[in-house]
Amino acid sequence: MPTIYVDGKPYEVAEEGKNLLDACLSLGFDIPYFCWHPAMHSAGACRQCAVKLFRDEADTRGQIVMACMTPVTEGVRISIADPEAVAFRASVIEWLMVNHPHDCPVCDEGGECHLQDMTVMTGHVRRRHRFRKRTHRNQHLGPLLHHEMNRCIQCFRCVRFYQEVTGGRDLDVFGWHDGIYFGRHEDGVLESPFAGNLAEVCPTGVFTDKTFKRHYTRPWDLQTAPAVCVHCGLGCNTIPGERYGLLRRIRNRFNAHVNGFFLCDRGRFGYEFVNSDRRLREPLLRGEDGELHPAGLAETMERLRAILQAGEAIGIGSPRASMETNFALREFVGAESFHDGTSRLDHDLMETIRTVLLKGPGRSASVQDVAEADAVLVLGEDVQNTAPLLALSLRKAVVQQAIGIAQRLNIHLYHDSAVREAIQQDTGPLFIATPDETPLDDIATLTYRRAPDDIARLGLAVANFIDPAAPRPDGLDGETEGLAGRIADELWNAERPLVVCGYGCGSRSVIEAATNVVCALERLGKDASLACTVPECNSMGLALMGARDPGSAIEAVRSGRARALVIAENDLFRRMRASDAEALLSGAEHVVVLDHLANRTAERAEVVLPAATFAECTGTFVNSEGRGQRSIQTFVPEGSVQASWRWLGRMIALRDGLAERPWGALDDLLAALARAVPVCARIRDLVPPSSYRLHGQRVPRQSPRYSGRAAVHAHEDVREVAPPLDPDSPMSFTMEGYGGQPPSALIARFWAPGWNSPQAVTKFERGVAGPLQGGDPGRRLIEPEDRNRLCYAGHIPPFEPRPDEWLAVPAYHVFGSEELSAATPAVATLTPAAYLGLSPHDAERMQVEEGQELGLDVEHEVHPLPMRLRPQLPPGVVTVPLGLPGLEGLELPTWVKLVVPGLSERALRT
Amino acid sequence: MLSALRTLWAVFWHAFARRITVPYPEQKRPLPPRFRGRIVLTRDPDGEERCVACYLCAAACPVDCIALQATEDAHGRRYPAFFRVNFGRCIFCGFCEEACPTYAIQLTPDCELADYRRQSLVYEKEHLLISGPGKYHGYSFYRVAGVAVGGKDKGEGDNELPPVNVRGLMP
Amino acid sequence: MTRLGAMLAKVNAAALLPELLIVLGVLIGALTLAGGLTFVERRLLALWQDRRGPNRVGPFGLLQVVADTIKLFTKEDWVPPFADKPVFVVAPAIIIVSTLMSFAVIPLAPGIVVADLNVGLLFFLGMSSLAVYSITLGGWSANSKYALLGALRAAGQMVSYEVFMGLSLMGVVAMAGSFNLGAIVQAQRHVWFCIPQCVGLVVFLIAGLAETRRIPFDLPEAEGELVAGFHTEYSGMKFGMFFLGEYVGVALISALTVVLFFGGWSGPILPPIAWFLGKTAVLIGLFILVRAALPRLRYDQLMRLGWKVLLPLSLANVAVTGAVILALGR
Repeated sequence: MPTIYVDGKPYEVAEEGKNLLDACLSLGFDIPYFCWHPAMHSAGACRQCAVKLFRDEADTRGQIVMACMTPVTEGVRISIADPEAVAFRASVIEWLMVNHPHDCPVCDEGGECHLQDMTVMTGHVRRRHRFRKRTHRNQHLGPLLHHEMNRCIQCFRCVRFYQEVTGGRDLDVFGWHDGIYFGRHEDGVLESPFAGNLAEVCPTGVFTDKTFKRHYTRPWDLQTAPAVCVHCGLGCNTIPGERYGLLRRIRNRFNAHVNGFFLCDRGRFGYEFVNSDRRLREPLLRGEDGELHPAGLAETMERLRAILQAGEAIGIGSPRASMETNFALREFVGAESFHDGTSRLDHDLMETIRTVLLKGPGRSASVQDVAEADAVLVLGEDVQNTAPLLALSLRKAVVQQAIGIAQRLNIHLYHDSAVREAIQQDTGPLFIATPDETPLDDIATLTYRRAPDDIARLGLAVANFIDPAAPRPDGLDGETEGLAGRIADELWNAERPLVVCGYGCGSRSVIEAATNVVCALERLGKDASLACTVPECNSMGLALMGARDPGSAIEAVRSGRARALVIAENDLFRRMRASDAEALLSGAEHVVVLDHLANRTAERAEVVLPAATFAECTGTFVNSEGRGQRSIQTFVPEGSVQASWRWLGRMIALRDGLAERPWGALDDLLAALARAVPVCARIRDLVPPSSYRLHGQRVPRQSPRYSGRAAVHAHEDVREVAPPLDPDSPMSFTMEGYGGQPPSALIARFWAPGWNSPQAVTKFERGVAGPLQGGDPGRRLIEPEDRNRLCYAGHIPPFEPRPDEWLAVPAYHVFGSEELSAATPAVATLTPAAYLGLSPHDAERMQVEEGQELGLDVEHEVHPLPMRLRPQLPPGVVTVPLGLPGLEGLELPTWVKLVVPGLSERALRT
Repeated sequence: MLSALRTLWAVFWHAFARRITVPYPEQKRPLPPRFRGRIVLTRDPDGEERCVACYLCAAACPVDCIALQATEDAHGRRYPAFFRVNFGRCIFCGFCEEACPTYAIQLTPDCELADYRRQSLVYEKEHLLISGPGKYHGYSFYRVAGVAVGGKDKGEGDNELPPVNVRGLMP
Repeated sequence: MTRLGAMLAKVNAAALLPELLIVLGVLIGALTLAGGLTFVERRLLALWQDRRGPNRVGPFGLLQVVADTIKLFTKEDWVPPFADKPVFVVAPAIIIVSTLMSFAVIPLAPGIVVADLNVGLLFFLGMSSLAVYSITLGGWSANSKYALLGALRAAGQMVSYEVFMGLSLMGVVAMAGSFNLGAIVQAQRHVWFCIPQCVGLVVFLIAGLAETRRIPFDLPEAEGELVAGFHTEYSGMKFGMFFLGEYVGVALISALTVVLFFGGWSGPILPPIAWFLGKTAVLIGLFILVRAALPRLRYDQLMRLGWKVLLPLSLANVAVTGAVILALGR
């Protein structure tokens, strides 16, 4: 632990090898900076973090150095308050402000602007420069980001983030001298699905959230709460912001184990479904005329009572509903009648993943663990599209080995450009085996393009190379054998090998093969981990809770055993075959649906109850790592909208003739859940109970500067009503409450005195980019039971193309593949049109051209789709973008026929 | 004791002094232009709304009686979609005017706001917006701001250079 | 009614009628005067503070009193749920009753007096001591911290000032040789007692201010610190009684001062009653002028003034008066 002297006082610094800026910020000092970013380290470009460095105790003159470029060494003496350093920093700001426009009142960054904070910190107030200001033209960068280039202060953070963190290539710096320009070579949508982070990375208002701009509110006016993203299985931590009953935006909530500093654009911009016109706000009842009509609460309850007393009910849960909702439904119908509402295939996949992660061999890797892996094998996953943020971690993982090069050259790791200069293209082992090309191919050491079964065989071969006791697939071709040997070597030589697999190619064999690899490594004493992607935000939680497969549900309905069907937050037509969904919905006498949006399942219901979205109720989600995380309600919804578990509690009371619901508040429900599902017992402790108070106060959801509460509702009624109370969490829906730093699970905004921008997060961390003070929120619920247990999979035959059929494998897209985000306008405009991906080999044989319409015949249902050439796709395999409009509810992979419309409906023969 | 008596004597003689108060409302006192009375929203010299919906007035308001929502026209000019002042709560402190970066919100010498219904003390934008520039003539925020709006492209504002040609090679 | 009629028939109706008229006249006169004072005070305060005062209701605002009365009567008569209800209701009545009773012994003119008691002065002192119960009970029963503090202050203040209020009058009694107020007026035929008893007059006036809880001795109310002191929780006509009680008290002290120190009804040319009323009006004006001009004392100043200045002063006054009377040997 080196000691440094700041303004004459000694301080202990936790780690060596850091820079002075990092160390000083960790110690709580305020030093202004621009180009340094905790996730991107130092560039030394902005000259803002100047401090005085003294040679020794006797040195009184000192020299000005950049804190971010100077290493922490034992006994180093610096001064932050030195008048010369202060003047230097003030003059840097003054130069930056020479061209900064007079925009703050109309700038969306205002109020959370790092430049504003730094200007105030250095004391610059008046522009002395008498000359004219430089201006730039803006670019149209798509529906997500607004570009206002005049405001740029040339810190280079955007380009460094975009190119080095996300691997994007279409944002760069152009021009020269004081006319340099950050943008694309021409107007157009930014390609990277992480571009939205520019709004947080940019220290001023050059890149701002365009969806937020459409319903803009100052950050201090937003009612915020700690939430969890519901748009994929990773469970990134977010901060939704609400005003006047509309969800306004999503911001990143730092969690060192999960999302760190960044979010993907689906998570950031997929929130607007909450404000959608399709939202269900009042209960709907099917009337005599066969149509659904809005109904009052009493009427709805009367109808529900009649339905519930008519006979046995079965429940269909949902992988996108919280643990609480699924558990409430399970309690309502009984564990025997609780089904998970996914396809047979997905049910099977999740059962496999659950078994693998619960029983061993490997420990499930968090998003952060993935970033620290130094050799990675990806089996069957298009990671950037199935679990987007994991791709950023993989981009960090590939330099883990190469960092050694920089270390051998005595380059400090915070010295970002020098490290990159030293590494050059020498990125560490990452092998990607998928049916089709992936956006991560540019950093892959080698890629392998085969059908899912062949990918599984590759995995088996790798396992066999590592541990000969593992089964060896027969009939391996030379390419596969050579590749498997190389992968085995790299994984064996690595310190923290990682295998990534998941739901991406819909194959159980692939997951088993990945398990084999980890198993082999573990058995020989390597500390290997396994990252399994899961389809939805609570797929893992639902699997842990245990739900029966959809087949038994159909059977129960068909046999007449179940007369009523209760569906919680699930559009069956998206998750199972239309025929299965149809069998369920038309087989049951009564259908009760609880959901946020009007969808095809809700249209078939007899009773529709409006369910609260993630921002409107408190709930727990278990992510792909097995980490339970609580998402706390951001605002109280309008209308009769309630958390699904509250509706279900009411239904239990109604059916059993109880005076009250079985659970009044969330804590009661969680206690019942912990008793009934022991593996989830720890989810009670994720967040302090609702009775928790800090110095006798709740934690406020509104900032102390929250405005307008005497006028917001004044047009409706000038009398003011009391703010609602929150029975489910120790937070309040007001600005009153504990003003200091709350426990990490209750952080509703990152703000510190003088730090209004997202950069305030350093004030909440233990060391820069370290975990939040008091530990990151969320807890792992599962650890492998037995790491040395052999669980080798058996024999998998190689993939054989069929003459008249194609194996349709799923393709996923960041924008469009997920149900809820697809209902938001910004994401909808970026959703690609449905297509059919065909290999050039097959296209040539069938004599079809790119763009030509083909019929995809899945079990005699024909979907007309334009053909898109996929150059790397193996012959005999087609890709189908699952979940895009028109392609929901397919069970992939499956064998399909292709129909060329001109050719008289005749199935093509190759 | 003596000073008390002197005070009594002095106060007694005030019986014959001139009255300070006026019999309002028959007779009204002239109010200075910077008197803090009813709030108005003004327009810039071009007749456009001055308010750019920056929310600073609402943030400055100590009684939280201002609520608004920002929106934008097709040319990027920002303005309030609604702007509400609850005069039932307003304490006429003038902080909103002080916070306003565009001279949009101003307090006027009109102080006769009494009403029998509290509800009619809630003023919406159509009640607040006047057709002139109020106390401050000649100022137009968008002429000095860097953003482009309808009628002012990049580089056409006061004290601005024409937009940089990124592809230019001239030093 | 019949029993009352029978009782009236038994007594000598002709002898009783003037008595009854005097009783009613004093009662109505005192109450009207107190009501009117609320208006007069506000106008006078305005006059001395360069304002105009209430001038909107009726000619010169004269009907302001009527408006205020209507307002007080129609206001919600709220008894706080935390109050001690019977005491809370009785308290305001006590002050009105006790001050009005004191009026009974005041001779307005020769022969015009309700009860010509030979211990009139003692009766007055006794009654004014009762008034403190009203304040204390009112403040106590309201069960509110402000009211309680006001009541405590009132108790301390009134008990203290009661002492030398009585003492300051002993000089007058010694000189007149009687407690009968009529006799005291008679004793001032040659010289008003304000000249030989000037010290007594000053002490009595100050004690009178304190007894009526008027500025600068309005600590029990002290709206700047105690909201409204002992009557914080009172509203409607209960508050009105306290309000009226204060003005009846002002009129009472003024009238008594006239009787004791300024020769009562005596004066040339004008009828005696006019002299009496005129003198009283001037003193009431003085009370109001004091309110217009002087700031409120601090509680410790109030107590120090009472016990360390006024009490020795009034004792000295009694001693000197007694010595002089002895020396002159009657």
